[in-house]
Amino acid sequence: MDTLTADDIEALCLGATLLGTGGGGDPYIAKLVAHQALETYGPVAVVNAADLCPDALVLTTAVIGAPTVILEKIPAGTEYVAGVKALASYLGKEPAAIMPIEVGGCNTLLPIATAAEMGLPIVNADSMRRAFPQIEMTVFTLAGLPAGPLSVADEKGNQCVFETTTNQVAETLARTSVIQLGMANSISCYPLTAAQVAEHAIQGSLTYCTEVGRLLQAVKDGEVGAWERFLDESGSRRFFNGKVVDLDRRTTDGFARSTVILEDLDGLDATMRIEVQNENLIAFLDGKPAITTPNLICLLDCETFDPITTEALAYGNRVLVIGMPCAPEWHQEGMLDLVGPRAFGYDVDFVELSA
Amino acid sequence: MSEDREFRIGIDVGGTNTDAVVIDAEGSVISAVKVATTPEPIDGIRESLSEVLQGTDKTRVAKAMLGTTHPTNAIIQRQGLDTVGVLRLAAPSSLGVRPGAAWPSDIRDTVIGVSAIIEGGNEYTGVEIAPLDTGAVRRFASDAVAAGCRAVAVSAAFSPATSEHELRARDVLAAELGDAFPVSLSHQVGSLGLLERENATILNAALLSVASSVVDGFENALAAHQLAIDAYLTQNDGTLLTASEAGRFPVLTLGSGPTNSMRGACALAGVNDAVVIDVGGTSADAGILVDGFPRESTAAVEVGGVRTNFRMPDLISIGLGGGTVVREAGAGNGSELAIGPDSVGYAVATEALCVGGGTLTLSDISLASGRLDGFGDSTLVEDLEPGLVRDALNWVDEQVSIMSDRMKSSRAEIPLLAVGGGAHLIADRVPGISEVLRPRSYSVANAYGACIAEASGMVDRVYSYDRSSREECLDDAKELAANAAVRSGAHPDRIRITTVTEVPMTYVPGGGCRVMVKAVGPLA
Repeated sequence: MDTLTADDIEALCLGATLLGTGGGGDPYIAKLVAHQALETYGPVAVVNAADLCPDALVLTTAVIGAPTVILEKIPAGTEYVAGVKALASYLGKEPAAIMPIEVGGCNTLLPIATAAEMGLPIVNADSMRRAFPQIEMTVFTLAGLPAGPLSVADEKGNQCVFETTTNQVAETLARTSVIQLGMANSISCYPLTAAQVAEHAIQGSLTYCTEVGRLLQAVKDGEVGAWERFLDESGSRRFFNGKVVDLDRRTTDGFARSTVILEDLDGLDATMRIEVQNENLIAFLDGKPAITTPNLICLLDCETFDPITTEALAYGNRVLVIGMPCAPEWHQEGMLDLVGPRAFGYDVDFVELSA
Repeated sequence: MSEDREFRIGIDVGGTNTDAVVIDAEGSVISAVKVATTPEPIDGIRESLSEVLQGTDKTRVAKAMLGTTHPTNAIIQRQGLDTVGVLRLAAPSSLGVRPGAAWPSDIRDTVIGVSAIIEGGNEYTGVEIAPLDTGAVRRFASDAVAAGCRAVAVSAAFSPATSEHELRARDVLAAELGDAFPVSLSHQVGSLGLLERENATILNAALLSVASSVVDGFENALAAHQLAIDAYLTQNDGTLLTASEAGRFPVLTLGSGPTNSMRGACALAGVNDAVVIDVGGTSADAGILVDGFPRESTAAVEVGGVRTNFRMPDLISIGLGGGTVVREAGAGNGSELAIGPDSVGYAVATEALCVGGGTLTLSDISLASGRLDGFGDSTLVEDLEPGLVRDALNWVDEQVSIMSDRMKSSRAEIPLLAVGGGAHLIADRVPGISEVLRPRSYSVANAYGACIAEASGMVDRVYSYDRSSREECLDDAKELAANAAVRSGAHPDRIRITTVTEVPMTYVPGGGCRVMVKAVGPLA
């Protein structure tokens, strides 16, 4: 993958919806934004961090706000550029490339628009390779890299830059400022050198996302053997084929939490329960944890193979539940404290995703 | 309404037939007719009206309701659509996605004459994103005229909550272009979701000429019968627009056909909550009525390739009908059945085995199993392998069960209404279904559904549950919806709230919540 053009957007968008693992924000609007930017400003070069000058500055960008608000306040594009420039100006250094922080959901596609508008390459890497709800939930936090200094910007020209003491404080400060800035903003955090990205980021995320998107598209198109190829090449495993028989939604502390109960359709008399906080976090098979965060729990429509987001889930939906391995870079000290089941309040041990 | 003026006329223009009924105050059918839909649909409306009124005391008719596919067809065929100037009030936000960005190019080129995104619109809190740039509105007005636009569509960020900028932009446009120049405002057409609401507003503006010809034609047809009565059009949620409202908001009538059909079927069967499965020659469509109204789809609805956020009934459609072709694949060695999705369609009357044709269809299976009678010759299908008949029926039963399951919102058992020419395929027992009902006068369910439609009002806005209590916010929303229903003609004393949907806003402290309320009532 050397460049991204408007033609690559569909596969990337499908992959991003899958890696959103039920949340991550609907990539539809982000797809339109990326499409317009690529048509206006031309293709974006895709680079590996190792190929950049080691001390070159790499800046990230992402949307921060509320999904309901973003439906009305469509991105301008300028707020993402402004956020990156504000942080660059604070650091006194020009960025050499843009990087997505979260390849999963809408934050996969927005940085591509920013890179196109700024005429910069995009780094084929990220810090999650799935969606997570908070900005400290990254492999960078595991590596001890600070989220700050970070910038938050709106489309009107308001910008703020924070120095923060911990990545958890960074999350709190960013969220607080966003409430005053219209709830549809950009954030640029984890300013890193290319060398740091090469050492600590999840490499090849955009390629991976596009590839799983293409593999899933082949399944959707009914190509022979595509389903097996999709599972094999993504290292995924099909856990369950079931019907939604109960769905309990509630919102606490600003998170959309729900519990989904699935009844087996393969004649096995089994039940699956999925716990959701914005993203699907734990799948219990007959009461035992079967798939746990940070591995990915993805729900696919039985007939269309479209990834199903938590908002769209309804009683009677027939879904396939697959477990996808999280990026190998997650497997290091501190993973479970940061993004394991207990980090989300579930008294459950992490389960390996054995094939 | 005086005691002796209580009849209603309902007319439904479908793809194949135009149906008309006259019902009395108790809802009994006095007269019903079915004529072929004409190339110029107004002709069919006139004809069905003449026929249905024969022998009816016209002086007792109080109201007439029309459900029609005119606007849908105009969009699908890209015919008769007006060129529209598209004005978005949201800058500096939203510049990343231009109006019409995701439209198929043929309809975009047909409809969108010129577009602009100018400063204006509001935040979720109600404060301005930017003051409305009235100078830019004026410049846009002259651009629209230069581009040959016949109407303008105005959409502002968060206008369902704060409509002031759209209203002011309309005033500026009226000053520039004259009061008669048609302007569609998004807050009057759609709910939250700027791009989808803008799309709906553009389609609305593009349909204004089509709408006025339909409304004029309908009113003229009534006048030709000396009927000086209230005329209404049905909208896609099963409620009514006055003829003059329909002339201004034609987009709201898109997709009213399936809604009228489902509501009519349920009313004829005397139930308010039921799964409805309409089995035709080629496909089966399933929907669900909750408290007498179709459940609305949460997914974005595309009309002619344009994504909108209309209140469309949640329907699923599968290839299962009376004419669906049944094949034995790999005959001999553990043969497997291949059923559909292809169908002989309406030719089932000549093509099916049981009428001497050469194609094994689901109607033949149904006849051989004893589900169907009164069609074809059962001796022509008596040689069918019992195992094959059983397997095909099992497939049908499973599909029906899946459809009804996907429609139901809980485990509770509810009735299933089996309607349409292929309804015989549906077994008398379906898992999760309390009983299978087969209403008799279903053939005019669409027109009947139009007749019984009520007036409604809708509210969709963001509240803060911390600023006022949840109860106060919900009460406010309910009152606004009830007021809107009264403005649409509902009887103020007989309003009921049919839906309350709360969508909490993630990441927003202060208990931000999107609240959608619909109020409905019979016509005053």
